[in-house]
Parts: sequence; structure tokens; C-alpha cells
Amino acid sequence: MIGRRKTLQRLMSRPDADTPSRGVFTRRALVVLGAQMAAFGLLGHRLYGLQVLEGDHFARMAENNRVSRRLIAPPRGRVVDRFGIAVAANKVNWRALLLPEETSDIPGTLDRFSALVPIEARDRARIEREIRHKRRFIPVMLHDFLSWDDMARIELNAPSLPGVLIDVGTTRNYPFGPLLAHVVGYVAPPGEKDVAQDQTLALPGMRVGRAGIEQTQDGLLRGQVGAVEVEVNAVGRLMSELSRDEGQPGDEITLTIDSGLQQAVLGRIGDQSASAVVMDCRNGEVLAMVSNPSFDPSLFDSGVSQAQWQEWATDPRTPLINKAVAGVYPPGSTFKPAVAMAALQAGTLSPTDRIFCPGYLDVGGTRFHCWSRYGHGSLTLKEALKFSCDVFFYEVARRTGMDAIAAASHNFGLGTNLDIELPHTRPGLIPTPEWRRAHGQHWNGGDTIVSGIGQGFVQVTPLQLATYASRIASGRAVQPHLVRAVSGRLGASAEGSHWPALDMPEPFLNQLRVGMYAVVNEEHGSAPKARLDIPGVQMAGKTGSAQVRHVSRALRESGHFDSSLLPWEYRPHALFICFAPYDAPRYAAAIVVEHGNAGAAVAAPLARDIMTDTLTRDPSNRKEPPGQVVAEVEDFG
Amino acid sequence: MNFQKRLLRAEPNFRILAKLWQVNWLYVLLICALAMVGYCALYSAAGGSSRPFAGPQTIRFAIGLVMMVCVALMSPRVLTRLAWPLYGLSLVLLVAVLRMGHVGKGAERWLVIGGVQLQPSELAKIALVLVLATWFHRVSYRRMVNPLYLLPPAAMVLVPVGLVLKEPNLGTGVIIGVVGATVFFGAGMRLWQIALLLLPLPFLGKLAYSHLHDYQKARITTFLNPESDPLGAGYNIIQSKIALGSGGMWGQGYLHGTQGQLNFLPEKQTDFIFTMIAEEWGYVGGIAVIGLLMLMVVGGMLIAMRSRNQFGRLLGLGIATNFFLYCAVNLSMVMGTIPVGGVPLPLISYGGSAMLTVMFGFGLLMSAWVHRNDQFGEGEDRS
Repeated sequence: MIGRRKTLQRLMSRPDADTPSRGVFTRRALVVLGAQMAAFGLLGHRLYGLQVLEGDHFARMAENNRVSRRLIAPPRGRVVDRFGIAVAANKVNWRALLLPEETSDIPGTLDRFSALVPIEARDRARIEREIRHKRRFIPVMLHDFLSWDDMARIELNAPSLPGVLIDVGTTRNYPFGPLLAHVVGYVAPPGEKDVAQDQTLALPGMRVGRAGIEQTQDGLLRGQVGAVEVEVNAVGRLMSELSRDEGQPGDEITLTIDSGLQQAVLGRIGDQSASAVVMDCRNGEVLAMVSNPSFDPSLFDSGVSQAQWQEWATDPRTPLINKAVAGVYPPGSTFKPAVAMAALQAGTLSPTDRIFCPGYLDVGGTRFHCWSRYGHGSLTLKEALKFSCDVFFYEVARRTGMDAIAAASHNFGLGTNLDIELPHTRPGLIPTPEWRRAHGQHWNGGDTIVSGIGQGFVQVTPLQLATYASRIASGRAVQPHLVRAVSGRLGASAEGSHWPALDMPEPFLNQLRVGMYAVVNEEHGSAPKARLDIPGVQMAGKTGSAQVRHVSRALRESGHFDSSLLPWEYRPHALFICFAPYDAPRYAAAIVVEHGNAGAAVAAPLARDIMTDTLTRDPSNRKEPPGQVVAEVEDFG
Repeated sequence: MNFQKRLLRAEPNFRILAKLWQVNWLYVLLICALAMVGYCALYSAAGGSSRPFAGPQTIRFAIGLVMMVCVALMSPRVLTRLAWPLYGLSLVLLVAVLRMGHVGKGAERWLVIGGVQLQPSELAKIALVLVLATWFHRVSYRRMVNPLYLLPPAAMVLVPVGLVLKEPNLGTGVIIGVVGATVFFGAGMRLWQIALLLLPLPFLGKLAYSHLHDYQKARITTFLNPESDPLGAGYNIIQSKIALGSGGMWGQGYLHGTQGQLNFLPEKQTDFIFTMIAEEWGYVGGIAVIGLLMLMVVGGMLIAMRSRNQFGRLLGLGIATNFFLYCAVNLSMVMGTIPVGGVPLPLISYGGSAMLTVMFGFGLLMSAWVHRNDQFGEGEDRS
């Protein structure tokens, strides 16, 4: 303070002290300062004019005539099957919204509203939280899915409900319900984390994909937010609309799925806990992907009840999990063609080599049994595949080694990430000595032997099995995919086959195909029940039964072992992989029946029926869906 | 090591505490008061939340405050040495922003360096003041009669003005030019020289208008008749006037300004922050803010007049004038007195680049105060 006074004193007493330039400066600075103060004075005067003298005029303009920008949620894109049949669409939904800026008494309005249309305590907490966090001109959703009665009651009482408006929105609708739930997925209202990432999600009616295609294609399906510019009066009532930008509706996603075939496949599976994948083996399009049991995806939009969730989560048949991509199973004997390929490529087996099966193989003091107690005698590769001899593949695996088997399996797509447009997929596992070491364990010779028949640590998904069958059939590294087109623009892989050839010699692949043909079509093959009943068309396939529990030798040798007498969860899984037509492969399929006991008895006839349906419908070669559904299904739930 | 030695040689009495004592803390208090007003306004602009504006802005202000004190401790000897490199850097950045700057609202203004948005024209203003003060510090008042001594500093003003106009940023370009002219005036340019310079000005103005961009011409025409295009270019001015008017004498109350809170007011956290304050606090609040800004300018000018070296005087004059022009242009803009151009209200509007350069400027001003009695290398013929 004192310093300042001194400054002023010095300034006043010696205006041009020290130097001429200081004198000039002080005079001129005072001129500048004077001009600046005058400018501030003018601004203050102008402000007085605007705020006080003309204030009323502008204030009235504010009351009567205000332009407001309101955002509108774009319609979410539809999901259709390959023939354009909607599998996820939007349904009209009447809902009540509250515009917080238009009511002075929010709790009172809420109380009066819930007297007309009850609001649950949980919802009320959410509403109050949203009112606190959102901007006051963003409407908050009070109640979804209003009935006509509810709407009438609200409209009648409108005067006592300031700020409440009824709005028509859309809700996600899945016409096929549980049939395609795992593929299409479902949507749910955005959580607070989603809103933090993208403010526009706060608009009522916006949805976020939480599973399946809805999740992985969320960005495309969501579209661009639009805006309306409206004139509103003092209380925010809409006076007129000035401009409208509808935004960009979400893209329409066309799936590779044929919903009719999907329905037929589910009809064949019935109520077994099972999974089936049907693919076009030339271009990788997934035509049907069934995981049973399933759930109703539309329940998630309005909120799933605690009891329902509990029921799904504790069901041992895992309805919420898409078994086709997230269920991992030991492949059992379906793994044998991959082992054979590894051996052919490694040179440890030639197509003419014979191996003798006495019914068991002794390695390092352990005896490994063939499924046939009496043995198969001397076998070539083709015969070993045909009879599904275990000893043959024990020996082949022993000669070839696990690293080569793993390499061939990975080439076939087994134990790899297939990059399909679905979330929560599991890669499965082809074990190697290195993997075992990484887990601090030692790899035993016996581990290789049991891996030779797809047991032990080997785990694959049904989708991988279908890809594997496709690759054997086509000789190309086809990748399975579900999205055929986006808003009518076909994806690159929709037509023809551009997939690179597998790194496997064609004669070797042919050995596998011949063996798989023999399994189904030759006398004494292991899956005669898979023979097609279509003249001139043959199917090639391979059975598999995967133990889920160790069976002791004593029990097996007692002769009284019958796995069908075991409790359900201890029975072996039944598997089957196949492709058809044999001479010009077009379709490939994989079927896994959880705890279905035996591949040959349970999965093979299922595969025959599914392949028959597929060939009859022939979805890859049609533009329009066939007229009638092949298998009538009463209720696909 | 070498730099430290040179620094110590330039400043033999390197006593930080003594210098800190010399800082004009009353003025710092005034700065903090304005920043406080800014915090309250930004809190309201976010609908009653410190996110996303008020919180980050406070952090920037704190950084700016520390920077200001650091700059205040630097002696004019050091500052005159820093002037040229800083000026050179600002020119480089101005060229860079022309070549690869980010286009915002039809004009290239932003440069992003390491994730930080930078507005080189802000830096250019400060650097220009610094380099002009350095120049006129060495050239005596008497020698300035010779116009040859005025040519280099004239070039120093015109180069950045030209570059900024090319961005194109009309408002900032004019501000830089006026700041430069004021320093010339304060340094003692003869009145006949000024008269000679003003003669061709109308001709130059005509030339400039023909080089304006369409959106700038639109601003001038809609300014003359804002109601002609209520949803287009005149929208901002009309909405701003409506908001001011609905504030009235006593205001609508903090956090309750309808126009601001209902989002009718565009860019209310940046250019139109004053409108928002005046709507919520009324004419009383608006005039109080204007009063605070006036105090800042008066204080700056007094600091300048108190300095016993030409460098400090011109530095103070330039910084205070720069601050004044910011305020005056922004206030005129929101009151519909001059065409709208992106000039923020210093210390109050949201924005990091402006905040930091304004605080850097106050650091220079404070250095002029701290070292007001220093005498060094002045090209002055003492009487």
C-alpha cells in the first residue's frame, strides 16, 4: 500500500523525471489510458442500454420466441437374414418422459405420476439420479412400454403433470426370439460408462448392443444422431419446427444365416443341449448356427428380472452361452483326420503304410486301449479312419509328435481365433509340450498318445470343427463369417472363393476325404446312419465321442460298462463333422450334442438330417427363400 | 552450466526472496479476483458443474500463476535477450499454423503440439511487445526523429499482422496492429510522423475489405442488419442481446439464466461468457466485471509509468493495452457493437492458450514492476 502511494506521489511531483523519453511517455500513456477508460465507459453505457433501457423488449423476445435445438435418436439399423427376412427390427414403444426444466416441483410430479402409473423403487432411484446428472433440457425416461390405459390416464391428468410428455420411441424386436438369440445378440439401455464415452447415448431410445452381432456391429447399427431446430415459448412448448436433420439411420446388416435353415436345424436338435454349425465350405458363410437351449433376447431391452437371470445363470445347460463359439469340447475321433494330415506332412505315415491293431498299445508301461476290445488287425489310413481305430492313431501320434500335430490343427483352424463377428468367443486349445511347460508341468509321452484321438487337453469349438470340415472339403483356408452385406453392399467374401489354398498337398487332403467318405458310405463304416437318402449325392463325415470323465480299465474290461447309464453330466459328448456333396463339396457342418453319448448313434443321424435339409434348401444357390419350411417346428423355445 | 553463469552475470543480485517481496501482490490479488469470476461463470456454463470447464480452467490458471511469478523474477536484461528468440519462434509458429494448422470455424488458427492446442497469434502479440520494447529501449527519443529508425520496428509489426490476417483472423490481426501502434506512440513517435502515416489509411482499408473472406464479410453485413438472417450469421448477436436483455438490472440469479442454461446462447463458455454473467447477475454484475477489468488496465498503466527504464515502460504499456483490447473487443462483440470474431474475454473465458499467454504477459508486466528502478543499456542521452 505504502509503495503504491509513494509511486503516485513521485508521478505527480515529477511528471518528467530522469529523461525526456519518460516525460513524453507519461503524457502519452495518460492519453492512452484516458481513451481506454472512455471506451470502458461507452461499453458500460451500452450495457445499461441493452439490459435496463431496452431490457424489457429483449426479455419479451426471450419469453416468446426462442430457438431450441433438440437431438433425435436415429433408428437403429435392422438385421436381416440372407434372404432379407428381419431377425432384429424396431417396434413402436410409447413412453413417458420428464423434461426437468419444465417442472419446478420434481418430487411432486413424480409422486403424482406414480399414483397413475406405478414406478418401482429401483426405477425411481434411477430417474432421480438421471435428473441430477443430465442437463435440464434433456428429457428423462419415466416409464417404458405404456399401455393404452396408462396413456389415457396420463393425458387426462396432464395439467397436474408439468414437464411430463408422451413420446413414441422404438424398442428392439426379435421376431425369431430364442432361435437366433446367440447370433444376433441383444441390446440394452446404455450404462453410465457408455454415456461417459459418447454423450449422444444419453438420448432416450438409444441402445447399446450387448451380445452377438448387435454388439460387434454396434457402430454400424447405431447411425448418426439427428437434430431438430424448433421454436419454443417460455415454458418450452413447441411452437414451430424450423429445420430438421433426421440424422443417419443405422446400417442394415445382412447376415449369412438362412433363418429357415436355422429353424430346420433347431427342429432336428429338438430339446437336446447341443450346438450345430452349417457353413458354405467354399466361401465360409455360416448358414446356420444353433446353440440350444436359448433365451429370449427381447427381455434385455426392458430389463431382465432377477429371478429370470438366476435361472439362466444356474442352468447346467448354459442357455446364455453361445456353445458354437464359446463352448469348448474335446474333439474325440473327429480330430483323427488332423492327426493323419500332420503325419502325412511329416512323412511319418504314407497312404500305403499298414499298422497292426491288437486292441491296445503299450507305451512306457502304460496300456492304451482301442475302443474295440478285440482289435482291428492290420489297417491302412483309409481303413483306420473308416473304423475310427484308436490304436492306429495312438501309433501315428507317437511317431509324429505333438508339435507337428498342433501345426496341422492350427492350419485347419482348430484351437485358433477365427475372427468371426461375435463377441466372447473362446479359442480352444491344441496342447503342446511348450504350453505344458509354460504352466510348470511336464509333457508326458502319454499326453501325445491320447491327443492322437482328440482326448486329453485338446479342446475345440463347434465353429472350429465346421471350419475344419470346410477346409478339408475345399482345400482352402476359408474363414467363417456371419455378415454378408452392410446396407446392401456385399462383403468381399460373399461370392466365389478367394480364400488362399491351404498349405497342404491335395493328394494328402484327398486321403482324408476318401477316409471320411468310407466312414459314411462303405460297408462296416463307423457311421452308416449318416448316409444320405438323396439319390446320387453322398456325404463324407467323421464321428467323435469325447469322454468327459476318465473310465478305468477295470470298469471297461468288466464288460458291463455302458455310458448311457451314467448320470447326464458324465456321459461323453457326441460329435460329428461332415461335408456334402462328396464329389463337389458345397456345405460343411459340425454337430456337438453335449453328453449325447456316442457320435455314431446320436450325432451321425442328426448330421444326416441337417445335411439333407441344407441340400434341399440349398441356400447358397438361391436368391429367394424356398417356399416351405422343411421341418415344421411348433415352438422353438 | 554455461547458461547459468551467463544468467548470473546478467543478474548479479540474484536474490529470489527479495524479488518475491517486490512483486505487486495487490495486482496479483486483482488477477485472482477476475479468475474467481471466471470460475463461477464456467461453473454455471456447465449447468452447475465444475466439469468440463471450470475445473480444468482452474488448473491452467494455477499453472499460469506460477509461470507469472517466475517471469516476474527475470530481470529486463534477461528479457531483452529472450525477446528476439521468442519473436522468431512466434513467427515460425505463425507460418506453421498456416501450413498445417487445424481449421476451426472457417479459419486456420490452431496448432496441436504434443496434444496441446496452441494459438500462435496469442504468443505473437506478447513477443511483439517484447521485441518492440527492446528496440525502442536502445534507440533514443531524439534519434527517433529520423524515420529510418522506425522502419525496422514497423516491419516487426507488419510481418505478424500479415501472417495473422492470412489465417484469416481479422480480430486478432487488428489487435496486434493496434498494440504495435500504441507502443510506437508511447515510445515517442513524432506527431507529424503519425499524421503522415494516417493519410493513406482509407485507401488501405478499401484494399483490405476486398481481401476479406466471405464469412468475414457476412459478419460485417449481418452486424449492420442482424435480423436479416435470424438463424444464420446474425443468430449469435441476437441471442446474445436477448440474453443480456432478459438479465435486466438485477439478473435472473446464479445458475438460473434461461438463455444460457437452455443452450440458446452459443459458445457461452468461450466468446459469450460475459453475456452469461450479465444474464445471471444483471447489469449490476456486468458493470462490476467491467469495473474489475478497468482496474486491471489502470494498474497496468500505472506500473508502466512508474518504471525508470524505457523497456519497462513500453513493456507495461504494450501488455496493458493488449489486455484492454481483448476486453474491449470481446465486450463490444457480445453487445453487438462490432462484428463477431473469436476473441475471448481474458482470464474469464474457457481456453488454455489464451489463459497462459495472458498470464505470461502479466509476468512481464510484473517484471517491469519488480525491476522498475533498474537502469541498463538505454540508448538515452541523459539530461
